[in-house]
Amino acid sequence: MARVIGGLTTSHIPAIGNAVPREKELVNDPYWKEFFAAYPPARAWVDRVRPDVVVVIYNDHGLNFFLDKMPTFAIGAAFEYKNADEGWGIPTIPPFQGDPELSWHIIESLVGDEFDVTTCQEMLVDHGFTVPMSLFWPNNSYSNVRTVPVQINTVQHPLPSPMRCFRLGQAIGRAIESYPKDLKVVVLGTGGLSHQLDGERAGFINKKFDLMCLDKIVSDPEALARYSIHELVREAGAQGAEFILWLAMRGVLHRNVTRIHSSYHVAISNTATGMLVLENAA
Amino acid sequence: MNVGAHDELPIPGTYIFDGKAAMKGYALNKMCYSFNEARNREEFLKDEDAYCRKYGLNEEQRKAIRERNVLAMIHAGGCIYYLAKFAGIFGLTVQDVGAQQRGMPVEDFKKMLQAQGD
Repeated sequence: MARVIGGLTTSHIPAIGNAVPREKELVNDPYWKEFFAAYPPARAWVDRVRPDVVVVIYNDHGLNFFLDKMPTFAIGAAFEYKNADEGWGIPTIPPFQGDPELSWHIIESLVGDEFDVTTCQEMLVDHGFTVPMSLFWPNNSYSNVRTVPVQINTVQHPLPSPMRCFRLGQAIGRAIESYPKDLKVVVLGTGGLSHQLDGERAGFINKKFDLMCLDKIVSDPEALARYSIHELVREAGAQGAEFILWLAMRGVLHRNVTRIHSSYHVAISNTATGMLVLENAA
Repeated sequence: MNVGAHDELPIPGTYIFDGKAAMKGYALNKMCYSFNEARNREEFLKDEDAYCRKYGLNEEQRKAIRERNVLAMIHAGGCIYYLAKFAGIFGLTVQDVGAQQRGMPVEDFKKMLQAQGD
């Protein structure tokens, strides 16, 4: 049977996508040093557990989806996923392998569980997907890992509630663990932590709230899932609502998890960055 | 605690991009979405007026685009994720865009960001 080994989270700021190819020189740069220093231990964990598949829970920022048709939850079921420059020049990197058989199993299971998702046989993945993958698989070394993209709408309100996203994660967890093939699966939730790009409050960061979330998501995620979207926007900023992606990731994991690594850094670009490596209790 | 009780209280300096805004800003956002393609960015730069007409921007949206005024674009229904693609044409980052909206120099905006980590 397939097993969920653990979960990863990281911010997915486009500026990181531009910095990753220059990481070797930037590890000594005062601006980037602390940020990049957090990743080698996380990569060591990825190397150790060697997942066959990564389920990537992210938000599209207007590359694949537009307002003409805006799914709340969308799942990729393609053989391959490509990125694009998104209009402002993020590097295009080698395509990501899909696992359509597992995707369809998850889709069947989710719809059976009353999560009526949109299915995508063609899907461009944007920085919400690619930046975390290139952080945890440096030098684009992801050719041996297959991916299942799970996209959650954070562009157009109403967004799905934090509790709904947490429960979606739980349903994805049940789906994976009922898949008959022996696979090691890691779930990656991207985005966050506090940040706001638009309005007169642009640049808002809330360190106290972020640190509380980094702590509680390990021990008591349901307490965080009880926030409303409006409260998340107020406490974490307009784009800090991306924390719902972390909650969906956490839902996939078991109730008891071990925190392997975590980091928090203010700021890269307009964002307070956070990273977590969690392992399912045996 | 009833966590829903404060849901309707507005958050100062924050715009919720909801259905109402999405309808109002549809043409503007659709134009900005088109900038995912390099050839559309080139077409815009070649003849900005013609490109805005092609997407049916209203006068408020056209003025905001002409003046490169991000807050005015948001008031006209713009969604920051699409507007970022417009800003990208001119090599502007989210920090430039943030500083413009707050009405402060970019260097001060950057300092303000870092100071929130203390």
